[in-house]
Amino acid sequence: MSVPLTLLGLLERGPSHGYDLKRDYDAYFGRGRPLRYSQVYATLSRLARDGKAVAGPVEQGSGPERRRYVITEAGVADVERWLAEPAPPEPDLQSELFAKVVLAMMLGHPASGYLDIQRAAHLQRMRELTDLKQRGDPLDVLLADHMLYRLEADLRWIDHTAARLDLLARAVRP
Amino acid sequence: MDRPHRGTAGPARAGGAPVTANLAATAESQTGTIVEARDLVKSFGETPALRGASLAVRRGEIVAVMGPSGSGKSTLLHCLAGILVPQEGQVWFGGQRLDTLSDDRRSALRRDRFGFVFQSGQLVPELTAEENVALPLLLSGTRRGPAIAAARKWFGTLGLDGLERRRSGELSGGQSQRVSLARGLVADPELLFADEPTGSLDSVSGELVMDLLTAAAREHGTTVVLVTHDARVAAYADREVVVRDGKVGTLTGARP
Repeated sequence: MSVPLTLLGLLERGPSHGYDLKRDYDAYFGRGRPLRYSQVYATLSRLARDGKAVAGPVEQGSGPERRRYVITEAGVADVERWLAEPAPPEPDLQSELFAKVVLAMMLGHPASGYLDIQRAAHLQRMRELTDLKQRGDPLDVLLADHMLYRLEADLRWIDHTAARLDLLARAVRP
Repeated sequence: MDRPHRGTAGPARAGGAPVTANLAATAESQTGTIVEARDLVKSFGETPALRGASLAVRRGEIVAVMGPSGSGKSTLLHCLAGILVPQEGQVWFGGQRLDTLSDDRRSALRRDRFGFVFQSGQLVPELTAEENVALPLLLSGTRRGPAIAAARKWFGTLGLDGLERRRSGELSGGQSQRVSLARGLVADPELLFADEPTGSLDSVSGELVMDLLTAAAREHGTTVVLVTHDARVAAYADREVVVRDGKVGTLTGARP
């Protein structure tokens, strides 16, 4: 999963401090693997350097550095592009699928459209693997079967999620 | 009976579309579409099943129709096959309007030009496997001898050698489904409709049925409309469409 794009997506909701972004990232996407503060601030600095976000002045107060970050138009465009493109349909991409769907719903984007695009990419890959099985040797078949079952699991999750988007959207929208 | 091998761009079979369909048939040959649903609406009582479903299938194509339970995918298949008649919209087959035909004409079309494979083989228990396969030929007037001979040719192709005289109760689920597949293909249909053809099978038997179904369809240029909820089955198709809430999704995938 792309941490910079996920943080940028969270920033698209509105200006935020690094602290708040880390808290929301951990709550929605961390799942037992929270981001380190150093990673959050390093990522935000890079996003600011690359023109994807703008850092406001340091605010007075105790504790860690407090700056409010605002996403730029270039940052919004990056998030939109990322959400619209299917993740490569390979096994172990569940965290990226998950992040994109949650962010799409959070930002009020049509998550169903994203799921459809991903679904088509998955089935395309499954067709390629099915072709491979029909002309490959037994080891190719064995490997292709393994990938097919993993992709099928993703697809079942995609279909299940598509059927519950309204309910899920209510849970993640502010 | 020798089974003609029809390429995807092959000539229309003898006794095809009636004269009145000439203009539409010309249009069909230009677009390559063999069967098409246009804005179908179909309800069962107060329950809508199709709400403006459209789908065009090209000759020789294998199309998977997917969708959640109750989405209308089986209803769409039944309308395309002339089993059900939509309340609104049109169904075209081979340049001919299908939904306005009489029950008898639609029955004849299903018998002579379509083949069917259902989830559970639906074999006739009183008949042997070879008689079950020969059934479409017998129903369309072929004499018993040639019909059984044509049926037997499929047993080798589908790995069923030696099971010709067994009755359905003496066949495994996978064997029954392969007999059902042979029955669907024996009359050399232009269109094969398959509704969850592997739904009652384990994964290995299901894979064998799909290998055989797609190989036979591609060899004979048979167009296949395949309803399935199983993505691994859909991956055998050239293209899949998704039915949701009675409509066919616009985003579809296709074999490159």
